[in-house]
Amino acid sequence: MYDINHFYEATSVEHAVQLRVENPEAHIISGGSDILIGIRAGDLAGCDLISIYMLDELRGVSFHDDGTIRIGALTSFTNLAEDPIIREHLAVLGEAADTVGGPQIRNIGTIGGNTCNGVTSADTASTLLAFDAVMELTGPKGIRLVPLTEFYLGAKKVDLRPDEIATAVLIRKDHYKGYHGVYFKYAMRDAMDIATSACSVNVKLSDDKKTIQDARISYGVAGPIPLRARSAEKIVKGKLVSADTVEEFAAGALEDVNPRTSWRATKEFRLHLQREMARRCFVESIRRAGGSV
Amino acid sequence: MSNKQYKQLSFILNGKKVSASVDVRESLADMLRNEFGMTSVKKGCEVGECGACTVLINGNPYDSCIFLAAWIDGKEVTTVEGLVDIDGNISDIQQAFIDEAAVQCGFCTPGFIMSAEHLLNTGKRFSRDEIRKALSGNMCRCTGYQNIINAVENTMDKRLAEKDTEK
Amino acid sequence: MEVGRSAKRVDAFDKATGRAKYTDDLCPKNAYVSRILHSTIAHGRVVHIDTSEAQKIEGVVKILTCFDVPDILFATAGHPWATDPSKQDISDRKILNEHVRYYGDDIAIVIAEDYVSADRAIRALKVEYEEYPFVLDPIEAMQEGAPVIHEERPDNVLGHSTIRIGNYEEAIKEPGLIKVEGWYHTPTVQHAHIENHVCYAYEEQGGRITVVTSTQIPHIVRRIVAQALGLPWGKVRLIKPYIGGGFGNKQDALYEPLCAWMTTQVGGHPVKFDTSREETFVSNRVRHAMHAHITSWLKPDGTFVARKLKLWSDQGAYASHGHGVSQKGMGAFPQVYPCDNVETDCWTVYTNKPVAGAMRAYGIPQAMFQLESHTDDIITQLKLDPYEFRKKNCMPMGYVDDFSKNELYHDSFRDTMDKARIMMDYDRKRELYKNQTGPVRRGIGMALFWYNTAVWPISIETSTSRMLLQPDGSVNLMTGETEIGQGCDTVFAQMAADAIGIRTEDVHVFTNQDTDVTPYGSGAYGSRQTYVGGFAIAQTGKLLREKILKHAHSLTRMPVEVLDIVDGNIVRKQDGRILMSLEKLSTEILYDFKLSESIAAESTYSVQSNAYSFGVSIAEVEVDIPLCKVKLLDIVNVHDCGTLINPALAEGQVHGGMSMGIGYGLYETLLIDPKTGRVLNDNLLDYKLPTTMDHPDLKVGFVENAEPTSPYGTKALGEPPTCSPAPAIRNAVLQATGVGVNTIPMNPHQLFKDFSKAGLIESEEERQLRKKASGDLKDTVIHVIGEQETKTPIETKTPEFQPRGN
Repeated sequence: MYDINHFYEATSVEHAVQLRVENPEAHIISGGSDILIGIRAGDLAGCDLISIYMLDELRGVSFHDDGTIRIGALTSFTNLAEDPIIREHLAVLGEAADTVGGPQIRNIGTIGGNTCNGVTSADTASTLLAFDAVMELTGPKGIRLVPLTEFYLGAKKVDLRPDEIATAVLIRKDHYKGYHGVYFKYAMRDAMDIATSACSVNVKLSDDKKTIQDARISYGVAGPIPLRARSAEKIVKGKLVSADTVEEFAAGALEDVNPRTSWRATKEFRLHLQREMARRCFVESIRRAGGSV
Repeated sequence: MSNKQYKQLSFILNGKKVSASVDVRESLADMLRNEFGMTSVKKGCEVGECGACTVLINGNPYDSCIFLAAWIDGKEVTTVEGLVDIDGNISDIQQAFIDEAAVQCGFCTPGFIMSAEHLLNTGKRFSRDEIRKALSGNMCRCTGYQNIINAVENTMDKRLAEKDTEK
Repeated sequence: MEVGRSAKRVDAFDKATGRAKYTDDLCPKNAYVSRILHSTIAHGRVVHIDTSEAQKIEGVVKILTCFDVPDILFATAGHPWATDPSKQDISDRKILNEHVRYYGDDIAIVIAEDYVSADRAIRALKVEYEEYPFVLDPIEAMQEGAPVIHEERPDNVLGHSTIRIGNYEEAIKEPGLIKVEGWYHTPTVQHAHIENHVCYAYEEQGGRITVVTSTQIPHIVRRIVAQALGLPWGKVRLIKPYIGGGFGNKQDALYEPLCAWMTTQVGGHPVKFDTSREETFVSNRVRHAMHAHITSWLKPDGTFVARKLKLWSDQGAYASHGHGVSQKGMGAFPQVYPCDNVETDCWTVYTNKPVAGAMRAYGIPQAMFQLESHTDDIITQLKLDPYEFRKKNCMPMGYVDDFSKNELYHDSFRDTMDKARIMMDYDRKRELYKNQTGPVRRGIGMALFWYNTAVWPISIETSTSRMLLQPDGSVNLMTGETEIGQGCDTVFAQMAADAIGIRTEDVHVFTNQDTDVTPYGSGAYGSRQTYVGGFAIAQTGKLLREKILKHAHSLTRMPVEVLDIVDGNIVRKQDGRILMSLEKLSTEILYDFKLSESIAAESTYSVQSNAYSFGVSIAEVEVDIPLCKVKLLDIVNVHDCGTLINPALAEGQVHGGMSMGIGYGLYETLLIDPKTGRVLNDNLLDYKLPTTMDHPDLKVGFVENAEPTSPYGTKALGEPPTCSPAPAIRNAVLQATGVGVNTIPMNPHQLFKDFSKAGLIESEEERQLRKKASGDLKDTVIHVIGEQETKTPIETKTPEFQPRGN
C-alpha cells in the first residue's frame, strides 16, 4: 500500500493540464518506477499524484510532415526498442532503451519519465542529447518546445513548469539523417543496473567515408546532468578518419566531463571509463557509418 | 485512514471477467494477493528489482508491486494460477520447470514462469542469450538460473516443433 | 532402488502452480502489521524516544520501545542447545536495544492496522541519542582505545583460537626455504534469498504463543523465543511453512522473538512482521568479512615446510554465530594441504556493523579464497604448475584428522581435479593462455575446497523421524529437518521408500514443521540433513518394516525371516511371490478386531561421526583490461559428495552454490559508509546479485566415492558448491593478467585499483603528467582500438562492440 494522499487520474492531455493547474503540488506519475519507489522510501510519502498512465494518445512513435520523429512521452522502453521507425532511423536510441533495467521495467518505464526525472544516469537521455532532441511540453497556453540541452537545469531538476506535462520528444530530420551511432552503458551487471557512466556517440561521414563531417558525443553520469562533450565534437569536425583522430576525440571528450566521486564509483575511475568509452564508441560509430579506423 | 479513495475496476483475471472496488493506494500485487487470493504473486523487494511478483498485463510482463491496481481497469491479467486449465492440467512451461528441476525454494518460480510464458507466446525462436535477456528481470538465488533457462529453451523447442508439424 | 534416481521433486508441482503456501500466504487477514524503528547512528545509547506525535496517527495500535522490552539478554545463533554453560552461544542482545551498536539496530516498534499508518508513525518518532565513537574494522576494533561495543568484552574480541602443529619457528630455520606471504580480504555479503524473513504470532489456549515463521530451524527457534521471553519452552509453538530460501540467514532467530513478544502486548491478537528487502540487507545477518595474512615456507620443489595463518573475522554488532564461523574457516587451513609445522590464530571481533551469522558454507568460502589465492601466489613465485602442485600437496587418501577422527577413505581431491581438468580442457587452455599481451586476455584457473559434513563433534547431530503407515499402504513421513528449497523432502522420500520397500511416490513428506507435532531435528544447516537425517530414516524405516512384517506373519502365517517388502507388496523372498499388498495389510490390521493397530514407527538417531566433502572449481575468464572487466566464459564444479541420492537435484544444488560463489568473486559486497556506518547498497539494484545475464552455463561433475559412514553413502553437498568458484576465477584472472587480485569482489572498482598499480592502465592524472613532460598525446598503455596487434598465441581480436561493455 502506497502512502498516496490523493490520486487524480487524467483522462486526456487537456484534463492532465487542468489537473496540473488545479494541483500544482501534485506529482505526475506516468509509469511509477520512480515515483512509487520514492513514496515507499518515504521521500514522497503522503503526496498527491496525477496519473497520466491511461493517456494512450501519448504512446507511440510517428513522423511529422517535415520528417521530424515524434516520440510520445508515454512510449515505453520496450516500445522504443521494438518500434520500426526507431529501428530504421534512430537505432541507437532503441539500443539505449533496451539496456534499461530488465524486461518488466522496460515495459513500465517511459521516455517521458526518463527525461523528466532529470537523472544523469537515464539511459535514453544521453542518446537523445546526442540527437539534439527537443522536449514538447504542453501547458494551459499550449505547446512549448525546449531543446533537451536547455531542459536539464540541475540534478533532478528540469524546465518543466508546474502547469505543464511533457507530451513528446522530437528529433529533427537533419539531426538524425545520415548519422550512425552507438550507446555504451557501463554498469556492474549486464541487466538490472544503472550506468556507472554511459556514452552515446553519433557520427556523420563524408560520402567517401574518409572524413568526419560531424560527430556528437554525450555522457550520462559525467556530471550532475547528462551532458554533451562539445570540445571533442569540434576537434574532429572535418578531420580525416584515423587512429590519431580517435585519440584526439577521446582526449577532447575529457575536457567537458566533470564526474564526481560517489560510493558508486570514484572520479578517477569514471574519467578512465569516459575516455575509453569515447574511443570505443567513436570507432564503432565510424564503423557503423561505413568507415574504418 | 480518513477519506479513503476507491476506484471501481473491472478487468479480466486469468480469463475471467472480475470487478473490484480498490483502494487507489494499492499495488496490483497487493490487490491480487489480498482481494483475489492469487498467492503465486510473491513479494521479494516491492520496488521492481527481483521480479517475483511478475504477472502478464495484456500479455506483457510487469512487476505488479510497482503497478498501481487502479491502472488495471479494462486490462487483462494473467498469473500462474491462470496457466492451469479447469481440469487441473498444468501448462507445458510449468511441467518443464518440474521436469528440469528448475524449482528449488519456489519463491521466484511463478514470476519466472510468467516471464517465460511471455517469451514463449511470441512464437519466435530465441537464442540462449536472448532467453537470458528475456528473463533478466527475475532474480533467483537457488538455481544459478541454469535449469530455468533449460526449461524455457526446451519448452520453446517443443512449441516450435509442434508449430512446424502443424504446418 | 529409489536412492540414486532423479525423482521429481515432491514439492515442484505446488511451487510451479503457486499453490505452495509460504508464511505470508497463510497470515490471517486481521493480523496487525508492524514496523521497526532502526537506529540512525552506528553506536550510542537511546536516551529518549518521543512517541507523542506517532501515537496520534490513525491506525496505530501500539508503540513499544527499547525501554519496554523484557530485561533478558538472549543468543540468536541457530545451534542446538548446549547444556554445558561454557559451550552456550553468547547472549548479548535484547528484543529491542537501548545500547545501539550498529546503524540499523532495532530500537522501537509500531504495531498498526496497516502499513501506511505504521510507516507514518515510524517517521513521526523522535529519538534522542547519546552518541559514541564507532569502529568498522575488526583489526582496528582490537586496538587499544577502540570503542567498546559490549561492556562484557572490553577488547571487543568475541573469541580467539589457535592451532599449533609441530614447531613453526624451528622449522623455518631450515636453509634454502622460500617464503611466500600475502594478505587476502573477503567482503561482507548477504544471503539475498528471494523471500525476505517474515513471521506472525498469536496467542491461543491462555497464553500459549504460536509463531509461524520463515525459518530453517523450527525447533531451535522455538527454544530461543521461549528464552527471549522468559517462558517455559512448552509455551511456545513454532510452525514453519514453505520458505523462500535461507542460506543460513534463517539459521538464526531473526524477528521471531520480537513478533512473539508483540502479540503478548496486544492481548494475543495476531501480529505480523514482514522484513523489507532493505532490512534484510541491514538488520538480518550477513557473511563475516575477513582479513587473512598467510605465510608459507617451501622447499624449491614445492614441498611445504611450515605455514602460518592469521585471521580476523568481522562479527558486526552482536554475537549471533560468532566465533564458530572463523574457527571453521581456520580449521580448513591445515586440512587441504597438510603440513608438519602449522601455526594459526583467528580472532572474531565485534564491530559497529550489521551482524554476521551463518551463511552457506560457514567460513569456508572465505578460507578457500584466502588459501587458494595464496596457493597460486606460491605457484607464481616458485614457477610451478597449479595442478601438479595441488596434486602433490593436497590431503592424501587415508588422512585422519586428530580432532574429529574423520578419515579420507578415497583419493577425492585428485579424482575431482582430474575430472574437472578433462571437462574444461584445462591442460590445453592453460598452455594456450601463457604469455599474453593484448588488452583482452584469457586465463584459466583452479581452486580446491574441503568441507566438513554436519557439526559433530562440536555439537550434537540428532535427527528424528516418524513414519505412519496409511490404510492405502502409503507412508506419511515427518522429520524435524526442513525443506528450504534444497530438495530434502524429496531425498528423504527416496530414502524412506528404500528403507521400507515402497515407491517414492507413496511417501508423503509432511513439509511444514510444527513443533507441537513434528519430532525433533536440528534443521537445515551445516549440509547435515541428508547425511544425519539419513541415519534416522534408515533406522525408523527398519522399525516400521519390522512391525509390518510381524503383522504380515499374522496374516500370512509365513515366518518373518522369509518375508520382504518390495514395491509396496509383501513378498516371499524364496520365490518372489506377492503375498499381499501393503494396502491390504494396513487396512486389515487397522480394522482387525484383535490385532487392530495404527502402524507407526518413530526413532531418534544421534550421529557420532562426520564425513569430509571435497571438490574443485575450474574457471575460464576473459579480461578486458581497459574496461576493468572480467567475463566468466566457462566454469565447472566437480564434487565428491559420496553417492548421489538424486542426481538431478544434486546438480541443481551445485548450480545455485556456484552462482553464489560467482557473485562472491565478481559482484557482491555490502558497502558501508565509513563516515556514518550506514549500509549504502541495501537493495537489489545496488547490491549486485548476479542476474541471468551475468553467468555462463554452469557445468557440474561428480565423483561418487561412497561415504562408508553413511547408510546411503552420502555426505555434504548443500554448502560446498559456494566454496571454490571465487578463488578459481581469481586464479584465472591471475593467469590472464599477471595480477593476483587479493580483495574480492573482483569488480571493476577493484580491478581499476589493481591494474593501475600493476601498470596495466594509466590514470588520467598520470596521463596528464606524462603529456606535460613529453608532449606525447598517444597512449603508451594498451587499449582497444582498431585491429589489435597481439603477441597472444590465441585470437584476441578487438572484441565485438557490446553496448553493455562486457
